[in-house]
Amino acid sequence: MLRLSARIAPALRGAGLPFLPVLALTIMVIGMGIMQPRATSYIGLQLILRFVPPMIFAALAQLCVITASDIDFGIGPFISLVNCIAATLLSSHPALCFLLLAAGVAAYGAMGAFIQIRRLPSIVVTLGASFIWLGLALLIMPTPAGSAPDWLVALAHWRAPYLPLPILVGVLAAIFSQWFFRMSSYGVVLRGLGSAPPFLRDAGWSLVVARSALYALAGLFGVISGLMLTALISSGDANVGTPYTLLSVAAVIVGGSSFTGGVISPIGAVVGAFIMLLTGVLLSFTPISSDWQLSVQGLLLLLVLGLRALSRRHA
Amino acid sequence: MKALAARLRERRWVWSFAGALVVWLITVISAGGRGAGATLTAGLGFAAFYVMAGMGQMLVVAAGPGNIDLSIPAVMTLAGYLAIGAMHGDPSMLWLGIVVVLAVGGSVGLINVGLIKIARVPPMVATLSAGFIMQSITIAYSKTTTAKPPGILMQFAVGRTMGIPWIAIVLIVAAAILGLVMSRSVFGRDLLAVGQSERAAYLAGIPTRRITTIVYVASSLLAAVTGLLLAAYSGGAALDMSSDFLLMSIAVVVIGGTSITGGRVSAAGIWGGSLFLYLMSTMLNVLGLGAGVRYGLTGVIIIAVLALSEDHAPI
Amino acid sequence: MSDTPPLVVMSGISKNFGRVRALASVDLAIGAADLVGIVGHNGAGKSSLMAVLRGTVARDEGRFLVDGREVAADYDVRQARAFGIRSVFQELSLCPTLTVAENTRLSHRDLKGWGWRSAARRVIGKALDTIFPNHGILLDAVVEDLSASARQMVEVARAFSILSMPPRLVILDEPTSALDAQAAHQFLNYIVRSRENGISCLLISHRLKEIVDHTDRVIVMRDGRVVDERRASGLSPEQLVEAMGVMAQASETAVAQLRPGGSGRAKPAAQIENAVLAHDARSRGGRIAFTAKAGEIVGLAGLDGHGQKQLLQAIFRSALGPADAGLRVDAEAAYVSGDRRAEGIFPLWSISENLTVSLLKGIARFGLVSARDEEAAAREWRSRLGIKTPDVRSPILSLSGGNQQKVLIARALATDARIILLDDPMRGVDVSSKREMFDHIRHEAADGKCFVLYTTETEELINCDRIYVYYQGEITAEIPRHELSEERVLAASFGRAEEASDAAA
Repeated sequence: MLRLSARIAPALRGAGLPFLPVLALTIMVIGMGIMQPRATSYIGLQLILRFVPPMIFAALAQLCVITASDIDFGIGPFISLVNCIAATLLSSHPALCFLLLAAGVAAYGAMGAFIQIRRLPSIVVTLGASFIWLGLALLIMPTPAGSAPDWLVALAHWRAPYLPLPILVGVLAAIFSQWFFRMSSYGVVLRGLGSAPPFLRDAGWSLVVARSALYALAGLFGVISGLMLTALISSGDANVGTPYTLLSVAAVIVGGSSFTGGVISPIGAVVGAFIMLLTGVLLSFTPISSDWQLSVQGLLLLLVLGLRALSRRHA
Repeated sequence: MKALAARLRERRWVWSFAGALVVWLITVISAGGRGAGATLTAGLGFAAFYVMAGMGQMLVVAAGPGNIDLSIPAVMTLAGYLAIGAMHGDPSMLWLGIVVVLAVGGSVGLINVGLIKIARVPPMVATLSAGFIMQSITIAYSKTTTAKPPGILMQFAVGRTMGIPWIAIVLIVAAAILGLVMSRSVFGRDLLAVGQSERAAYLAGIPTRRITTIVYVASSLLAAVTGLLLAAYSGGAALDMSSDFLLMSIAVVVIGGTSITGGRVSAAGIWGGSLFLYLMSTMLNVLGLGAGVRYGLTGVIIIAVLALSEDHAPI
Repeated sequence: MSDTPPLVVMSGISKNFGRVRALASVDLAIGAADLVGIVGHNGAGKSSLMAVLRGTVARDEGRFLVDGREVAADYDVRQARAFGIRSVFQELSLCPTLTVAENTRLSHRDLKGWGWRSAARRVIGKALDTIFPNHGILLDAVVEDLSASARQMVEVARAFSILSMPPRLVILDEPTSALDAQAAHQFLNYIVRSRENGISCLLISHRLKEIVDHTDRVIVMRDGRVVDERRASGLSPEQLVEAMGVMAQASETAVAQLRPGGSGRAKPAAQIENAVLAHDARSRGGRIAFTAKAGEIVGLAGLDGHGQKQLLQAIFRSALGPADAGLRVDAEAAYVSGDRRAEGIFPLWSISENLTVSLLKGIARFGLVSARDEEAAAREWRSRLGIKTPDVRSPILSLSGGNQQKVLIARALATDARIILLDDPMRGVDVSSKREMFDHIRHEAADGKCFVLYTTETEELINCDRIYVYYQGEITAEIPRHELSEERVLAASFGRAEEASDAAA
């Protein structure tokens, strides 16, 4: 199996198709089917995977930033902020709500430009920003409250034909992001930013525009993730997004992307989001307490990174 | 005037003390002049804990771009719980508590270094993941213990002389020693050299890997001690006792004038930054503003400090 | 032909980098379908001239016309590309994690919309097929997975690829350095053929035969000037080496001035029995082994990037820990890099802090360094090396490049290290500082230290007792000082060891 993957993986790498993550996901699904046969039915999947869509878009937001060889430490609190805004305003003042969310996307774009122009480490800027997001979320909603409009809730529980909704969302997100980053002509420029910025500038491209575009897109995906989360929990909570910071990094990296070089796999990030969620699900089938969930997910990330470092050393 | 400006640029920590003074004055004035001294001494006591954790963070940040320790809060709670649990309120077991603290801090520091230097995981991801794993261990352990700290430790943690907390006195001395170490010791110079240019430091014969190891271990050790004392101060360990410290440990360092890209530190500034942030939250409480404003303001200040400081990575 | 203006005319172009004059009033005219070779050794000004031409460096003085019209003041890479001026570098400019087709997209802004990828494949594929038939390169392969030769082929083909507008002038800086013999042959034939389509080329190469065989005329540069121009036909590589070395006599006088009255050889190196350094590259096919003894200044010559730096770094690494295979280092080593910004100075620190960073252990008492001891040490070295500053507590960045370099050399000399590795240490250093430093280095060598000097400036080699010339990772000649001549170093730098020894005989 390893020998086969060693031969197939590089061949798929050029196209950004993740072989090992898909294999891992397949094994997990089979494992789940054996442990809980009912979980793999349409209804079972719709229920078990319902928290996958927000995770997918959190992962895609992180993917944008990682494309630029940066890391976004603030995506979790940003999702919380979106959740609080939506839970407060979406029912009563939808226009104002979307205006605020658009301002959030613009703020993300400005953050990218700021990091490029001042050549600052992304970690600290996004960390500083994370406290602004958290602060704003707490201002809007000091304690969990609010609700989601009915149409949003209905959307989140829609029974799609053939495929359970979470899987359908995954497939669509994977197709779009794969197309944008790996196939569109500007996606090449964005990956070039993570690969070799000086060469990109020499070829006449604006690095500020490119980084700013990546961050704005991250903001947009963050907004989508927050809205989906709001639909599922049907309330607002300033701390609900916190775990998404680590989970989004883990999903992207487990999905086969690298921290540097603009080497990314959008499909992998989507697959990674499924893997992260199923890790929690599988854990819940065992006697292990759910307190260990984030810990196991973090360990998985470290394991993948450690193995990757090992294989690089032997290559 | 020009000379004064140059001196201020060199001694950026002055600003943090000036800021602390301003927020203290606002607090005192808006409280109608009551409790001026009490606010200050309480501030010294609380700020001391920020200082202790911040000193470790400063050492890590000094080691250059990308270096950051996000495992500090998790180490604090873990060390607090395990040490208090090991002593079980028995003053004669104090030595065991100290051993546990050193063991937790030392081993987490080494794990962080191993992940960063051997597995080549970015410091942010390595320390964050390690933190989550420790957090789970703490949660699991917390269910088995309700031990109280030994009386002698509690007396030390809350003790005062002429209204000034003992811990504050210890940490004023400690910060002075750290300042001396950074400016005058061989280790301090080596660390600042590594932080400015790891390559130049290597070629100048500095053992760069050893320096990195020392700072991460020192950071974890300081966090562990902070955790123990904080638990003693509040009469027992609590799961949320360190939740503020992820932000605070970084914020006090940045606001105190330490360069986030490494190579320039200010031990005095940690005190300035800690007092400023603590007194700011007091001020906001007096003004009737909640945690949301505090977080938001802190984030804004961090980003403003980054935007205003002149050092950014060389082109 | 006569009434169309030449493609490019440059006249009186000058460029200074700080105090260093990179270009001193250069004239250059390139017509359509013109194949021009440029030769000259390191620092002659070739790269600076090309940088001005392709728009990455702005000229200080002089006129620069394209198609008979003066170029705009904000001339940059994008405008150069709009004129049809493209370039190929020795150091590749491909994004390593993108595919061949994607890299093509980055340099052609018009490749967009649906189907851009197949258009990119077509464009680069066609160029590759035309220049390198049977190249075997997958257009969807990631660049970093390709061999060095294949990457160079892609780089070259990208410069000649045609989307909407064909290239008119392609600047080729060592385009064949990574190509194998067959690919190099294919490529050189291609540029001759492409002249028929009106494409001009500027060819820089250390393989002189390539230049004389494939260009119309050859321009010889030296010290930022064009010193000679010859028709390529009938010219031999030997004649070119001679032309490059025409100025050698002029610098002979400088040799005499620089050499102190015999003091440099006060202690013959041979008196010290054990070699402090020995590097045997013969196992890898090299013919000459490297050794350096206490009391010696050993020079490493040859063109930049032919393995000299790797040797210095291997020596430094081996002095710190386990030795590399084939390398024996018997003493501590200190490293002085000429790349001050990236590998030398600590920019936030004072002169004194920069100077003493490597010797703090020696002057610390109870683990602490007193400011007085530190500044005393710094002041002592300031007077020894003539570092021009009134106050050693001033910031390091307040010094000129030459004085910064003196600080770095003092840093190395102040340690206990007996081997001092000098990695092109005089880059951008003015003549008088350079002389002062070499005087001191010779003095220290006489006291028993061992220096290994890699330099890109041939004149500096006269300070060495022996010189090893590198070519493509191997030593091609070992020249003792009394046999040193510019011609011999040049010939060996271009891989012509045999001719070199013949010339010397």
